[in-house]
Amino acid sequence: MSRRMTNVTGRPAIRAGAPRAFPPDRTRRRRQFSMRRGLTMLAFLLPAALFVGVFTYYPMLAGSQMAFRNWNLNDLTNTDWVGLANFRKIFADPNFYVILGNSVVWVVASVVPQFIIGFAIALWLRRKFVFRGLYQALIFFPWAISGFLIGILFRWMFNGEFGVINDLLSKTGLIDTPIPWLAQPGTAMVAVIIANTWYGVTFFAIMILAALQSVPEEVYEAAALDGSGKIRTLFSITIPFISTTLALTVLLRVIWIFNFPDIIWAMTGGGPANQTHIVTTWMITITQRGDYGQASALGLIVVAILLVFAAFYLMAIRERKGANS
Amino acid sequence: MINVESRAARITRIVFLGLWLVITLFPLYWILITSFKTPGAIFSYPLTYWPEEFSLINYVTLFQKTDFGTYVVNSLIVATAAATIATFISMLSAYVLARFEFRSKSAVLMAFLVTQMIPTFIALGPLYLLMVKLDLVDSRFGLTLIYVAVSIPFCTIMLRGFFANIPDALEEAAMIDGCSRFGALFRVIVPIMKPGIVAAFIFNFVNSWNELFLSVTLMNKDENKTIPTALNGFISSFNIDWGSMSAAAVLTILPTMVLFAFASRYIVQGLTAGAVKG
Repeated sequence: MSRRMTNVTGRPAIRAGAPRAFPPDRTRRRRQFSMRRGLTMLAFLLPAALFVGVFTYYPMLAGSQMAFRNWNLNDLTNTDWVGLANFRKIFADPNFYVILGNSVVWVVASVVPQFIIGFAIALWLRRKFVFRGLYQALIFFPWAISGFLIGILFRWMFNGEFGVINDLLSKTGLIDTPIPWLAQPGTAMVAVIIANTWYGVTFFAIMILAALQSVPEEVYEAAALDGSGKIRTLFSITIPFISTTLALTVLLRVIWIFNFPDIIWAMTGGGPANQTHIVTTWMITITQRGDYGQASALGLIVVAILLVFAAFYLMAIRERKGANS
Repeated sequence: MINVESRAARITRIVFLGLWLVITLFPLYWILITSFKTPGAIFSYPLTYWPEEFSLINYVTLFQKTDFGTYVVNSLIVATAAATIATFISMLSAYVLARFEFRSKSAVLMAFLVTQMIPTFIALGPLYLLMVKLDLVDSRFGLTLIYVAVSIPFCTIMLRGFFANIPDALEEAAMIDGCSRFGALFRVIVPIMKPGIVAAFIFNFVNSWNELFLSVTLMNKDENKTIPTALNGFISSFNIDWGSMSAAAVLTILPTMVLFAFASRYIVQGLTAGAVKG
């Protein structure tokens, strides 16, 4: 993790054809050369393109057309085109709005604490100390675990009868009777969000630390010479300096968490009474029921929501940047 | 600025970093300790934070009552094969994207990036149908192919960053000496990039080892299940046996934690290189 990282990919690549004027007898060789280059490039790119094309893009495109058909695994005799019927069915289902609301709560209530704690840890990790390397390696551990297994770990800890969370809370006198965390709607959402926050802090800490280390030392020195205090330096120097990285990191995380069903799947399966279902867990449930038409329609809705969100978000960033400069 | 720290600031820093370390490690400690308790101790009051007697009974039960050994073998085969193939293929594509300029380059990069934004399970249904057509449902080979496809985009982006760090004079010299492009890549560049390649392999391995929804969709027969697929079956039952569940969780998590400990530095580099540049 060095400051050099900022220009890791910023290195100029080779351009075809070096000197501007070629003697006529060499143009032919040059053409042959670039032909060979083209073939090499193609050969090197082809395997990756094939895999991603066949197993990622093809199913996605095939899925999009299913959204407009009656496509149910349980009855394949009738796969007619039905126009927007699948979408209408989704929009007419009151559950859809509950689940959409859940998704927003899930994303916002996870990203905000992840960001704040991650930012604080990054600031504190900027200073060198004896076991910093070891510390970073240890807080990195959650990353090695899948979301699904994290869900299992927290499902056990939030167990209403023999869970350690209830035990700790009652030992410290915060509760008198054990809480059936995952069995009641409000607390189930709290529990899955706590698990997700635990999981995601590391990501923010690492990204923000890398960004912080890209701020040149001279900037701080200048600020110190001008008599800027710690808090002031943070808000008027450090944060503006890395604001673009911060904004993009948040955008990536919002999209990722919106699409992240694993923890919820393992902890509650969307229950109780759909109260912890987010759009993606619901989509998987519909897929497992075999209703590919509806699942695909829901998939397109997800993509549309994320595209609109990303567009607005990026526009907002650009506008703020324009206003500042 | 950064060099002056008041006593109060220092104490706050140490307390909070310490607290977060405890919070991070506690769930891992808890599942480990649970797996060593006897079933009687797991389901009794008061809860013990250090087992009175260490027992391996949960691990024995896990292997006796389920085919956990089979699941481990399946996961090992699929994850190793997928990580190997994906790392090799990504090396080729990353090399082209790092070294050559061409008109559709940004389009190719975008095509890879988009797959990271849109989750694979959006196309779970159509993917299943495709695999039925190819006669690759309930096949470890089929699952491997899909994991390769899932791994390639991020792996390419990560390796591309590492390639960019290596001066191109090296393989140019090798090519002047009569090496082919392919030969130059594997004889000159790969040995230098070994740590980055190992990290990419580990990252792919861990992701395939952990993957749930694709394998749940494609692997139905018990003898073909990977670990996450099997665990998904365990938690769907009404009465979860937390004794063997905790043992299974420990056995699933442990190898990935060991691998990540080796590779984390490079994975961080790969991740932040792209993002910090923005």
